Amino acid sequence: MNLTLHVWRQKGPQDKGKLETYQVKGVSEDQSFLEMLDDLNEDLIKGGKDPVAFDHDCREGICGMCSQVINGKAHGGQERTTVCQLHMRSFNDGDEIFIEPWRARAFPIQKDLIVDRNALEVVMQSGGYTSCHTGGVADGNAILIPKPDADYAMDAAECIGCGACVASCPNSSAMLYTSAKVAQLAVLPQGKGEAKARVKNMTEAMLDEGFGNCTNHYECQEACPKGINVKFIAKLNREYMKSMV
Amino acid sequence: MHLTTSTVGRKVLMAVTGLLLVGFIIVHLLGNLSIFAGTEAINIYAEKLHSLGPVVWIFRAVMLALFAVHITFGIQLSMENSTASPEAYAIKKRQITTFSAESMIYTGVILLVFVVYHLLHFTMHVVHTDATDAINTLVNGRPDVYSMVKLSFEKAFVSLVYIAAMFALFFHLGHGLSSFVQTLGFNNGPSQSKVIAVGKLVAVVFLIGYAMIPFVFLVGIK
Repeated sequence: MNLTLHVWRQKGPQDKGKLETYQVKGVSEDQSFLEMLDDLNEDLIKGGKDPVAFDHDCREGICGMCSQVINGKAHGGQERTTVCQLHMRSFNDGDEIFIEPWRARAFPIQKDLIVDRNALEVVMQSGGYTSCHTGGVADGNAILIPKPDADYAMDAAECIGCGACVASCPNSSAMLYTSAKVAQLAVLPQGKGEAKARVKNMTEAMLDEGFGNCTNHYECQEACPKGINVKFIAKLNREYMKSMV
Repeated sequence: MHLTTSTVGRKVLMAVTGLLLVGFIIVHLLGNLSIFAGTEAINIYAEKLHSLGPVVWIFRAVMLALFAVHITFGIQLSMENSTASPEAYAIKKRQITTFSAESMIYTGVILLVFVVYHLLHFTMHVVHTDATDAINTLVNGRPDVYSMVKLSFEKAFVSLVYIAAMFALFFHLGHGLSSFVQTLGFNNGPSQSKVIAVGKLVAVVFLIGYAMIPFVFLVGIK
């Protein structure tokens, strides 16, 4: 199939940037979206032009690097799918595709489609850990965790930190990300000790890093490639209120 | 204080003050509906309300405080959120959010302007004085609230302003009612869609209940 791409091109963080139009021909429906961009880049390089810079790593949907808003939807809008797992069979011959980077004050654009997502790491460092003694290997069942709690924690821990929640949020809030990290530790015995400080520190770090406030639009839940539910935000709110008493 | 500076603290304050304001509009609506119980009912209701004296002023002070908190943080959060997302996408498709949710600050400002107008009209009687003068006439020894309302709403402009404001209230509550449930932490996942549906339904009830009053006088049913 033949496609018209409108790709965000920006030389560096200070550059203004603009959408540029490219024609790609002979795209296979079995190609992934990133493979289609690889082909485009080969053509650009052959033509002596600068290839489109985009982030990618595992290409199997678990690393959270491929941060692109495709036709107005983070990761292209296919349910529980990252860009690398989005295939060209989702598009039709002659389609026009708009490809833009995540846009948020907290995610400065580095080049073309690459943004700096370090702000998420800063939020994580502010409380996404438990302090415990390491040393000898602990006995397997020394700390008993009820299965529903383990499942709940695991559902929250599915978050891969890609930033699609921020990219899709009208307020550029990272509340879904932050709540997944808070909730995952809040239900486990190892996380209980620091629960009060964690929720305060992580939500404070979120604001300090320039993310917006959550106003319950729930766009994040729809955009999340891992299906993180906004019930974790309700959980974060409960943890916050508990921390105040 | 952490509650007034943090993101979740302010969200909780928005939810709690919003919830209390919803409590007020329930009571206010029930009082208003007495207009359908004959010309005397609302006059009796109004007289009783005014006879409470200091209680009315305490109530007004609490209302003012609730409004102040809700409006201050609402504006502050909206401003912070627009700075957090300075650059718009060339194409952005909203997937689940609603007009209600996206227009909270605008419907909120409309409601604020409306409340000021409403107070100038029915509480202080400084606008539409030709209609509000009816309050100075006593019917069976009571101020004639009924006639004041009737004469006011028979003016198309007044009725349409009130009805328009109730649509703003409808959209504001369409997001606000379910939003406070989420903010206060009552969402276990499966309950979410039901809570949103109930919230919208209750918003419709408020719209019909409030807008009906100017409507019946405007079209001359009453």
